Amino acid sequence: MSEAAIATSSKILLSVNNIEVIYDHVILVLKGVSLEVPEQGIVALLGANGAGKTTTLKSISNLLRAERGDITKGSIEFEGERIDKLTSAQLVQQGVIQVMEGRHCFEHLTVEENLLTGAYTRRDGNAAINRDLELVYSYFPRLKKRNRAQAGYTSGGEQQMVAIGRALMSRPKMILLDEPSMGLAPQLVEEIFEIVERLNRDEGVTFLLAEQNTNIALRYADHGYILENGRVVLDGSAAELRENTDVKEFYLGISEGERVNFRDVKHYRRRKRWLT
Amino acid sequence: MIYRETGQFKAHYQDDQALFPIDQDRYVIFGVLFVTFALVPYLLNEYWLNAILLPFLIYSLAALGLNILTGYCGQLSLGTGGFMAVGAFSVYKLMVAFPELGFIPLVLLSGLITAAVGTLFGLPSLRIKGFYLAVATLAAQFFLIWLFNKVGWFFNYSASGMINAPPMTIFGVIVTGPEANGVAKYYLVAGIVAVFALAAKNIARGRIGRNWMAIRDMDIAAELIGVRPLVAKLSAFAVSSFYVGMAGALYFAVWLGSAEPTEAFDINQSFLVLFMIIIGGLGSVLGSFLGAAFLVIMPILLKNIMVDGFGTDSALAAHIEIIVVGVLIIGFLIVEPHGLARLWRIAKEKMRLWPFPY
Repeated sequence: MSEAAIATSSKILLSVNNIEVIYDHVILVLKGVSLEVPEQGIVALLGANGAGKTTTLKSISNLLRAERGDITKGSIEFEGERIDKLTSAQLVQQGVIQVMEGRHCFEHLTVEENLLTGAYTRRDGNAAINRDLELVYSYFPRLKKRNRAQAGYTSGGEQQMVAIGRALMSRPKMILLDEPSMGLAPQLVEEIFEIVERLNRDEGVTFLLAEQNTNIALRYADHGYILENGRVVLDGSAAELRENTDVKEFYLGISEGERVNFRDVKHYRRRKRWLT
Repeated sequence: MIYRETGQFKAHYQDDQALFPIDQDRYVIFGVLFVTFALVPYLLNEYWLNAILLPFLIYSLAALGLNILTGYCGQLSLGTGGFMAVGAFSVYKLMVAFPELGFIPLVLLSGLITAAVGTLFGLPSLRIKGFYLAVATLAAQFFLIWLFNKVGWFFNYSASGMINAPPMTIFGVIVTGPEANGVAKYYLVAGIVAVFALAAKNIARGRIGRNWMAIRDMDIAAELIGVRPLVAKLSAFAVSSFYVGMAGALYFAVWLGSAEPTEAFDINQSFLVLFMIIIGGLGSVLGSFLGAAFLVIMPILLKNIMVDGFGTDSALAAHIEIIVVGVLIIGFLIVEPHGLARLWRIAKEKMRLWPFPY
């Protein structure tokens, strides 16, 4: 989707308003994160380890409770309705589905069975489900070849494809994609992002993805949010972020002349803190 | 607030490595020990000592033992009752055969015998994991009880199959048998439990304890960094059975005085001790005590309050007690799935941060 298209379709699908997340009653992880995902957009959450990317995704899909986390402030709205109180399973029915980091396939089921479990919430009949199965196979031809293999014995790349394919089978409006590039060869990463882009363009699926690999994420996303220490420190269109000197310096590894020490730019983060 | 380590400067490495590095913790421990040894025996009557505190302390020791195996090393065991029986029958045979050794060495010896038996039954844990291991230890439970029932040598061919603790003395004070008084028994058991609780805390934070916890959290990763599963798992079985065996010995010799294997050490004992550590908190020394208190002291208190306080019929009170304890167990586990010890840990963390929420 182009920049212009985003500007015209101003409808916000998901908005996260100033959420604060505390783990185990005492550890503050997110210190007021706000973000918006436009309909049919691809939004990237970027940042180092421990910045709060995964926590943000988990608070949207309401998985925090399982890890003794809790949203103490703020609200999350999907299509204009609060979803903070819905369970993860109810969210799938609303059309929000998360693909977790590290894939988590059902390892004793075959690839095809894995994909079919994704259609658990569907009520529109077997014909529609089988059509979508074919659709998933058309996006991931590799899975078609291995459809009878046990998921636990497929490669990491194939498992990531199974996880994304399984999410697609629920006909989601929005997929929360956590670290799709983790542990994959660069070429496969490219392939996965290619597919994400095609799904977004052709099927109209909205993506919110958390990613370490800033370079590739900013190439495929429309908009990016950069998290540091549980706060959004910078956000903008992908094109803007790619040109930002600080992003270049610290996330893309492109420096203009002298290498800058991170410590010397602390003032920038402090200033930003008052603004957010 | 009061619980804050601000201003406590550690000048030596030893200070930092102390068992209780924070002053407040140390004061609390000294306070608890003082109350246990100096106040309780004089403030509470024979009934309290004999019927409430004695079983509480003995079950705490058993829970401590099982917690080492299940909580720290992650090996599920349903053989606790059987291992307690090993401790009881060992101490019985030893008391009859070598009374001149003295009671405490005999208890330690019976702990060692149980450790050997426990290690033997721990061997399957090298191949079997989780629920399957629980079933394997269940075999230990049934086999051991059968053995003590059928083989006359263990109960010295007494006609009833019961074993009776002969009177024994420590420094001239009778501690076992019907003539022993509550205060003496209490001092003996409380002393043993205090020493071995501190020992357990020390073992758990050291190298062996770390190995156990590594095996518990991820056995493959532990093996990859060089923890030997054979040594770690069997040592957990040995230490755990040592504790459980001592608890069994005290349970029989000091508390019950006489015992019959199918009644005193049946599968319910195994479950009771397992529930204690689940409710108290897996992998926590404090949790073993809290769990034992929850399942031993609370039912008795409830019953006493109902019978003496409200004049409830005692049969009815027994039923209500079971219902209330059951509801409380479920309630506590919903509030805090990781056990009572976790509640205490969160409370401590909250006190440190007070008045800030985080």
